[in-house]
Order: sequence, then structure tokens, then C-alpha cells
Amino acid sequence: MGNIETVKKVEVAKLSDLSVGIGQRVNVAGEEIALFKQKDGSVKAIENSCPHKKGPLSEGIVSGDHVFCPLHDWKINVNDGKVQAPDVGCVKKYKVEIKDETIYIHLSL
Amino acid sequence: MREKLVLIGNGMAGIRTIEEILKNDSNRFDITVFGEEPHPNYNRILLSSVLQGDTTVDDIVLNDYNWYEENQVELMTGDPVVKVDTENQVVVSQNGVERPYDKLIFATGSNPFMLPLPGADKEGVIAFRNIKDCETMIDTSKKYKKATVIGGGLLGLEAARGLLNLNMEVDVIHIADYLMERQLDEQAGKMLKEQLEAQGMTFHLQKNTKEIIGENRVERIDFTDGTSFETDLVVMAVGIKPNIALGQDAGLTTERAIVVDDFMQTSAPNVYAVGECAQHRGIAYGLVAPLYEQGKVLAAHICSEDKSLEHGYEGSLVYTQLKVSGVSVFSAGEFQDGEQTKAIRVHDEFEGIYKKVVVQDNKVIGAVLFGDTSDSTRLLSMMRNGDDISGMSKVALLPSESGEAPVSPVVAMADSDNVCDCNGVSKGDICSAITENGLTTVEQVKQCTTAGRSCGGCKPLIADLLTLTTGEEVGNAPEPMCGCTTHTHEEVVAEIRELGLTHPREVMNVLGWESDEGCSKCRPAINYYLKMVDPIKNEDDPTSRFINERVHANINHNGTFTVVPRMYGGVTNADQLRKIADVADKYNVPLLKVTGGQRIDLFGVEKEDLPNVWGDLGMRSGSAYAKALRTVKTCVGEQFCRFGTQDSIGLGVELEKKFEYINTPHKVKMAVSACPRNCAESGIKDFGVVGVDGGWELYVGGNGGVDLRGGDLFCKVKTKEEIIDTISAFMQYYRENARYLERTSHFIERVGLDLMKKVVLEDEEGRKALIERMDIALSTGKDPWKEIVENEDKQQEFKKKQVEVLS
Repeated sequence: MGNIETVKKVEVAKLSDLSVGIGQRVNVAGEEIALFKQKDGSVKAIENSCPHKKGPLSEGIVSGDHVFCPLHDWKINVNDGKVQAPDVGCVKKYKVEIKDETIYIHLSL
Repeated sequence: MREKLVLIGNGMAGIRTIEEILKNDSNRFDITVFGEEPHPNYNRILLSSVLQGDTTVDDIVLNDYNWYEENQVELMTGDPVVKVDTENQVVVSQNGVERPYDKLIFATGSNPFMLPLPGADKEGVIAFRNIKDCETMIDTSKKYKKATVIGGGLLGLEAARGLLNLNMEVDVIHIADYLMERQLDEQAGKMLKEQLEAQGMTFHLQKNTKEIIGENRVERIDFTDGTSFETDLVVMAVGIKPNIALGQDAGLTTERAIVVDDFMQTSAPNVYAVGECAQHRGIAYGLVAPLYEQGKVLAAHICSEDKSLEHGYEGSLVYTQLKVSGVSVFSAGEFQDGEQTKAIRVHDEFEGIYKKVVVQDNKVIGAVLFGDTSDSTRLLSMMRNGDDISGMSKVALLPSESGEAPVSPVVAMADSDNVCDCNGVSKGDICSAITENGLTTVEQVKQCTTAGRSCGGCKPLIADLLTLTTGEEVGNAPEPMCGCTTHTHEEVVAEIRELGLTHPREVMNVLGWESDEGCSKCRPAINYYLKMVDPIKNEDDPTSRFINERVHANINHNGTFTVVPRMYGGVTNADQLRKIADVADKYNVPLLKVTGGQRIDLFGVEKEDLPNVWGDLGMRSGSAYAKALRTVKTCVGEQFCRFGTQDSIGLGVELEKKFEYINTPHKVKMAVSACPRNCAESGIKDFGVVGVDGGWELYVGGNGGVDLRGGDLFCKVKTKEEIIDTISAFMQYYRENARYLERTSHFIERVGLDLMKKVVLEDEEGRKALIERMDIALSTGKDPWKEIVENEDKQQEFKKKQVEVLS
């Protein structure tokens, strides 16, 4: 749109803080973000608020690429933030970078 | 380059048309929507439920902002179009936004009709049409007491009901001699008035308002008959008029509304109108079903390549089905008696039911149903099809009166008949959606087909269809555990035993799960079964547990947690209460409440505080979150009660200490009462013990929850040791044979009380073996709070990371 977007790389956690299958919430300057460490060692980051009733997704059961919201069981893809059918919607996703055991996410400011 | 489509009006009819267009061809148009209200498209029909406090504004949003974004629809809210140039094909909004168009749709809806009374411009005189009106009424109710509604039609009565719920005194002024005269006949209108009077409304019929009096704000209302009364709020709900000012300015042909042909085209090229602002063959519709039919026709027309294949819009059969303040009402067609018509009437004054079917030339041409609208779908179908009823007995027209067991009206419907008339979803559509997608709930059907998404009146029919469709299939094929597998619960347990499987991932892998990682349904079930089969060797998998069981507290709607410390048998002491009070102060616990299970809830604890709260309490976990023994409720018994025949507290404490932290297929609740007065409510617990003179009775399978069920008397024994052993054996059999998430009440219904008596009471060897296996399982039970408090590593998950960003 012609606007210049500033992207900021922010350190959010160490890889060793996370375990596969259990979400971790971080609050980055007021934004609640859910981190998920995957089997392949990658880390996914999405907005920590279900589009349905704002349930904390970091507390949900994680099954591979999906997390189930702890409040009403909505199923959300942690890669693209999309809500799975039959429910609809999506949450914000964040770009993640891992360098020397440290997890960074890209925030647009 | 894509064609440009502009929609004026961000309401139900317009957006429905856009949805239909996207369904037909999602890539054809760049779409821009202008809306006057500062909201996305919401369900105007449900405004009254917002007012009545049943739902919030968010709940009635049909298409949230994400929808617009996902479908790349440009949305301008709070910015109405003020100019349309049909020659150069461009529109201009109030804020000066200009958009050229290839196709333009008017969906400007209608405005409330305000009576041009003297004083109608005073503060406190409003309409009932949009979210802002609702908010005004809610605000007014906080400061003022008396409300007057002008108009005894549907909208007026809904406003009146909402105002009653807001604790205002409500007077309804109506010009006709009975209520809702456009939808009801006189008899039904009178019955409705009686019902609403009983709810607290006051009616003034055949009354004309003359003037609204007051300094700045309304204070009094005067009538043409010389009477008057004081009021703080006037809601005008006398009708609506199509919003056609913009169309007129643009030079479109208008009469009562914008005139359109059978393809919703106006007098200007490439300009269409749909919904309440459109007039088709002389009629401007105000109900949602015709508007949606129009939207469908218009979408097909706009997207069509071959115009000769199209079917135009031929008008709609108008009918009303609604709940007015909790009373079901239906009317359709020509329901007033005429010279050429005859009617069949049923009037049950005891039940408050009235039905009238109007017949002309052997065809049903209209009907009114009041109090019981179960015949509506069938009557509507007969009217649409023009069925000849000369061969039918008159009783058969209203079969629900024939005294036979009620059969759902969906049974008699043809596949092409609409179940959801708002969204035009047929019985056939719903049935195939259910079978093809394996749907099991009304909510799923709603999400998948949009049936039931508008007024919600057809939800009972959808539920009937689910029962009919899935009921047959459940009989043929055993139900799989979840969508990830074809294996049943029983098969999974058998394979775990046979193959000695030890971890959920292994189970899913070996048994060929369709999705490698399972889901929130199968993973907790498998995890339970593994621990049940071998409580010693098989490790618990915390990642397969629901959050409550993983962090040993109950999650609340806002992401905080609730802590319930154990109080054996509901007995506490000053020391415990002091600790609870101190913790509540220290951690700012917003709510303390006594539970139904005789202990204390600490609501609203932050996740990161949980380990410290447990540590400071120094009490054990009450398992209030677990599929396990929750609590043993007791009455005071012989310790103080003048009637108590037994030590109920003593037995209750003993039971709770023995069975705490045992995993069960679903939660298990117990109670012990010391006499048949049953103050601990033993009759509605999974295991309920009642002390009688010289012994104890054991009731099983009781449930006070969703499916209320009184417990079955299982046995009567002399000693409490026998009670404990019997519960032990019964619970172990339940643990081994029930499906995960099956309560004892459903389990007993499934396997039968006789079988349970046989395995627990009669088969001595088997009973002994069950008790032994239970003791092994019990030996692994630990207080989870203590484990976490004492082990720093286990507290990692509770920590919250806070990251500051410096810019």
C-alpha cells in the first residue's frame, strides 16, 4: 500500500523453555502470543486468542499442526492460523526465527 | 481485470447476495460494500434477543470482519453512499470515497416509520431498528422506570418484552382492536394479549396518540380520546418504510420501493435492488426468507453467462414463524376468513393452543397456529404445492391433534422441502451434509449448511433430522472413537491389552490412525485406557490431557483458573479457612464460592500463581477438574443430628481418602447420608450411600446433571467395609468397561443393572479380582499439587514470559 512497514525481531524464549506438545504463552509488549515447538524442531507462533471466545490457545491440546482451543474445542492450524471447518476464522501468525537456541519472532510495528 | 461490483447497504439481504455471488464465482468481481452502521453484517432479526439480554451484539454478527478480509471484500462501515451517477457508473460516499462500478446493487433496506406527532423529536423518543436503538433502551432503563411502546405488531411486542426484561414498566399502545393483526387472526391476537398481560405488559387498544409532551425529554403522552399518562421513554414501532431516497435521487423508477423486474434489475442499466428496498410485482417484502430468495436469483443473474438458462424470481409465499416473548406463533397465506373460504379450527383453552387452517377450492390457502406450531412445515408444503385435500380426512390436516405419539414433521417432508426457510436449505441438503460429513450436532449442521443460522426457528427440525439420519446408521455400524480412526473404543482397549501398547503415539501408529497426531477426542481417551490397562508400567502423557487435568485446576472463560482444595467429606476447620482467606487476600482472588460438593472454589487465579497458591494453602488437590473421584458429600449424621442413624461423615471421609486420585472414564461423585431423609442427595450421585437402621443402602448410577437420573438401589449391607468393597469392585468394573467420557448413569443403562449385580455381588471370585486390581490402581494415586510444589522442574509450564520491546 506504499506504507513502509517496520519489522522488529524480538527475542521471546529459549528453545529449551519449550516442550513438544505443550504451548507456551509469551506477552510481547502487550501482545499475547502462543508458541508451539514441533517435532521437527521448528517453532510456530500465533496470536494467543481463539477467534470464537478469546480462549488462550497456548493451553490447548496440540496435535501436530493443530491446536484445540481449551474453551470450546475449536481447531486451529498453528502454521497459518486458520480455523478448521466447520468453524471459520483465523488468528494472526508470526514469523519465527531460531538462532543458536534462541527464538525470535518478527513483529510489525 | 476483474469487474467492479459495488453494494450499497451492509445488511442481511445485500451480504447474502454477495455470499451467493462468491459461491457462484469467487474470482469474478472486485467487491466494495458501503454500510451506514459502524458494524459488520449482523442478524437484525435477533436484535430483540440482544435487548432481552439473551445474547450480546457480538453473538449476532453474521459475517465478522475476518469474513470480509478473507473474501477480499472492501468494507466501508459508518460511511453511507450519498450520490449515485448511473450514467458514468460511479458512487460517492459521505466521506468522499469514490468507486466506479460495472454492477451496482441497492440493498438499502428500510427505515422505521416515525409518526409525525407533535413532540416526536423530543429526547427519549426512539425507534427499534438497529444496535444503537438497543443501546439507547438499555441505557434508559438504568435511569428511568416507565416505557411506552407505540405499535402492537411484532416489532413493538419484541421491544416491549425487552423493556420488561430491563425492569421497566411497559405500556403498549395499539391502533387496531387486537395485536399483530397483520400476522394473526382475532382469536390468536386475543390469546397473545392474555399471555403477554400475564408477563406484565399493559395494553391500550384502539388508541391513537395525539402528542408527546415534555420539556426537553418526553414526560407525558396524550391520546386523541382525551386520556394521557406519564412516561420516560417512547419507542415507536409502527412499521417500516423502504429506504429509497438514494434510489430516487439516482433517477431509478420507484413506487413504494425501488421497482425491479424478475431478475431484480431496476430501471437503470447494471443497477439492481434486493431486499426490503426492492418492490417486485407490486410487493416489497419485509421478511428474511423472500429477501434471501431474491439474493439467490440476483447472484445467479449477475454471474450467469447464458441468460436463457436462468429462472427469474416469481415472488414468495409469505409466512411468519416466530416466538413472541416465548409464545410460538405461525401464520401463512390468507389466514383471514373470507366468503369463499371454510376453516378447520382447534382451540384448546386448557393448553393455550389455537389452530386454524383456511381452505378454499379443496386447497389449503392459509393457516394460523398459536402455542403449538409443529404442523407448520407440513401446512406450508401443502400450500406451496397446492395439494388437493378433498381425499384427506379433516383430522389429518392437523395430525398432532389426533392423539397419536408425536412424529417429527420432518418425516413427512420431501427432500426438496426447505427445513430452513431463512437460508433456503432443504431437507435433502441437510441429510446429505450429515451423512457425507459425519455431522452429529445442530451446531455442525449450522456451520456446514448455514441452516438455522438466521432466526434459529428450525433448530428442532434439524435435531430431528440428525436423530433420523444418524440413528439409522448407528444401528448398522459401531461408532468409531473419533474422526481419526474407524476403531471403536472397545477395539482400542482390546488392542492395547493384546499388543501391550504403552504410549498414545504408539497406539495411533500401530492401529493406523488417519491423522498421525490424533485429536482432542481420541488422545485423552487413549491416555486414560493405557493407564487403566497397566497403571504401574504405563506412564501418563500430559500432552494428551485437557488443560484442566494438565495443570490441575479448572480453566475459566477468561483464561484464569479455579482452585478447589480438598475438604474430606465436606468437613473443614478454622485453620483451613484461615489459610484460604489468607491466600485469597495475597493473590487477590476475585471470587470465593461454596461449591455444590461442599468445599470452596477460589475463582480467577492466574496460571503463573497456581503453584504458589497450592503451596501457601498447604491443602491437597480436590480433583475438581479431573476425570476422577471429585468429592464425597455428607450430611452431619449421628455426630449431631437427632435423626441420624449412622456416622455419615466418618464413612464419607473414609471413602474420599480411599478413592481420591483414581482415574475414571468420567468424573465420579459420591455422597453419604445418615438416614433416608437423604440430606446429602445420595440419590443423584454415581455412588450414593444411605444409612438405615442397622445398615447401609448403596445407590448407583445416579446423576444430577444433564440427564437427570435417580440412582438404582444396588444392595443393602450391614457394615461399612462391605460398602467400601462393593464400591471398589463396581468402580473397577466401570473403569475397565466403560467408554471414556461415559458417566456411570449411561454405563448402567447400556450394560444393565442385572449384569452389574452379577459381576459385583454374585461372582465372588470376580469381585475379589476386581478389588485387587482397584487396589493396584489406587497405589499409584498421588496428590498432583504436592508433586508440582515440591519439584521446580514441573513448574516450567506455569511460568509466563513477559517480553518488553524497546523502540
